[in-house]
Amino acid sequence: MSILFEKRKNISRTAQVLVPAASFVVSLILTGILLLAFGADPFATYRAMFRGAFGSGRAFTETLVKAIPLMLTGLGVALAFRLRFWNIGAEGQLTLAGVAATGVAIFWGRWMPSFLLLPTVILVGCLAGAAWAGIPALLRTRLKVDETLVTLMLNYVAILFSEYLYYGPWRDPKGYGFPGTEPFPEAAWMPRIAGRAHLGLVFALFLALALWFVLNRTRWGFELKILGASPQAARYQGISVERNIVLAILVSGALCGLAGVGEVTGISRRLQQGLSLGYGYTAIIVAWMGQLNPLAVPFVAVLMAALLVGGDQVQMMMGLPASMGILMQGMILFPLLAGSLFTEYRIKRTARHPAAGAAAEGAE
Amino acid sequence: MKNRWNLLWILLAAALIAGCAKKSEPAAVAAKAEPYKVAFVYIGPPGDLGWTHEHDQGRKAVEAEFGDKVKTVYIENVPEGPDATRIIRQYAQEGYDMIFATSFGYMDPMVEVAKEFPKVKFEHCSGYKTAENMSTYFGRIYQPRYLSGIVAGKMTKSNIIGYAAAFPIPEVVRGINAFTLGARSVNPKVQVRVVWTNTWYDPVKEREAAVALLDAGADIIAQHQDTVEPQKAAKERGKLSIGYDSDMRAFVGDTVLTSPVWNWGSYYKDTIGKAMAGTWTTHQYWEGLKAGVVRLADMSPLVPQDVKDLVKAAEQKILDGTWDVFYGPIKDNTGAVKVAAGAKMTDGEMLSFDWFVEGVVGKVK
Repeated sequence: MSILFEKRKNISRTAQVLVPAASFVVSLILTGILLLAFGADPFATYRAMFRGAFGSGRAFTETLVKAIPLMLTGLGVALAFRLRFWNIGAEGQLTLAGVAATGVAIFWGRWMPSFLLLPTVILVGCLAGAAWAGIPALLRTRLKVDETLVTLMLNYVAILFSEYLYYGPWRDPKGYGFPGTEPFPEAAWMPRIAGRAHLGLVFALFLALALWFVLNRTRWGFELKILGASPQAARYQGISVERNIVLAILVSGALCGLAGVGEVTGISRRLQQGLSLGYGYTAIIVAWMGQLNPLAVPFVAVLMAALLVGGDQVQMMMGLPASMGILMQGMILFPLLAGSLFTEYRIKRTARHPAAGAAAEGAE
Repeated sequence: MKNRWNLLWILLAAALIAGCAKKSEPAAVAAKAEPYKVAFVYIGPPGDLGWTHEHDQGRKAVEAEFGDKVKTVYIENVPEGPDATRIIRQYAQEGYDMIFATSFGYMDPMVEVAKEFPKVKFEHCSGYKTAENMSTYFGRIYQPRYLSGIVAGKMTKSNIIGYAAAFPIPEVVRGINAFTLGARSVNPKVQVRVVWTNTWYDPVKEREAAVALLDAGADIIAQHQDTVEPQKAAKERGKLSIGYDSDMRAFVGDTVLTSPVWNWGSYYKDTIGKAMAGTWTTHQYWEGLKAGVVRLADMSPLVPQDVKDLVKAAEQKILDGTWDVFYGPIKDNTGAVKVAAGAKMTDGEMLSFDWFVEGVVGKVK
């Protein structure tokens, strides 16, 4: 007898909900064992985590603060991944957009009418994100350069460039030499809705809906769907593969860029260290866990944000080491990802296939 | 498939039992008065053996002093920037009475949160912004740094001393200047070379900076960082070093000639005591050798007696109050006189230091 993984033809709705739920319970138990090994009370720890992330209106706004960039980058990554364009450059697109937004906010803010400043900042930021994503898209479609490597490397370029600016020429002359640009003029602040949660939340939710609509209800969305499933088929249909990939990746980059704009205009209100705390990479997990579905991304983003915020709580209130929070996040994600294997594949026990059996015996 | 579920239930039950077993004990605690809750926000881990280690020693001293009248917690590895705002706010929101943040970059985040929680007391280490409910505290570490400079100036053979430094902010510049003045007071040929790491806590970068300085001919490594890595790098090359933050000789060995060290315990005990008694007011604490918040660690046996005597004499002058480090004449490293003979720098000038004294090779900006 041997075990086979067989791709399920249609995935039942129940499995789609039940399996992640069961995986979540499994991960709580696994993590609980780990906590016990450290001499901590798992229930008190989970309570602290939950309280830290959702316990009060204020706590929840902090979860949203982290969820906003995760939603936007998650959407951007999901769109790219649907086309099998492995954009792992969300981090760089976010950062470069933050840099561009900062440039507009601190230099154009001096002469631009104040009602125009924030819209310009947002627009330029998104364009910068799109442009940064456009480079690997063009390289892939024109020269067949692998986008995985290019997007990853461009992250470092963007991050180092931003550091150069706020350590060097853009450093706040009144900042006593500490790295970071001067604070933005108020006209360039993204309005905050509740606590530190800013208008980016509204943008993110609206864009999730819009992206879902475009992908599922428009002709372009249909073309992208075919293209994602099979570029050959798309070509036979007369769909321009290259043009569509470049266009979609520009949108993807703009979404990631908007995340960066939100961070600098809504949260730090200056360019400084800690612009992106790995949001662009976490976005990959968000996109996968949301099964590349734009409507699922906001929920998954809130869940991930809650894990990040609640994870700190483990340290802050329970006195466990910092690495424990990170360990717990990993312990929680692993079963979730493993669980998706069971939704997408069927496990089949089969009688020994003659050939397979011979091979197995040979190995013994 | 069924077996799988059974296993799951067993695990769940096991976890439940284990959880309940723990919960039954602390019923008695509720009868006592609520302890005064104090939180510390750290830039690195207490295991850095340097900066954060010393703050954590202070926190432990508070626990030892007040017993179960206080409850202290800390969070380590908090990046300077927007995330710090969230962390500080969470403590405030969870009902902590007093919050300490121990890195310069936490200043603006703390100011932001302090506005929102007027009843919570905030203390920020090494910054300059205060509020009704927010104080600053720091120590005149430049005094023991000057003394450690005397040791380095006497012990160097190549007359090149390397200095691995975090950020070009006044705090760090002041330290480099004090150290250089000390070294050149006994050896006018000394050059102090500075490498900026642009990080407080990064063991790898700190080490790399020290190695670059050793390659440039330095035979003693001084530092303004959070860990012992520069000291270890020097030791591996058979070179000497001057530590910082903690008595790094205890962790690295006798190649660490001495270290300017922090002693936060007395300050933390004092200010938390005042807060508990209700006599706490906004303050800007900046004391030195005399108050004991900073000192020079015991010297390595490699330091000869005559050098120890020189240090002792200089220390005595500072303790007596007859002289201090930034008394003129002082020239900057372009040769211009910045402090005339007979004049002395004010606290304000020292807190906004943006130039190097003569003998420092490097630029602030």
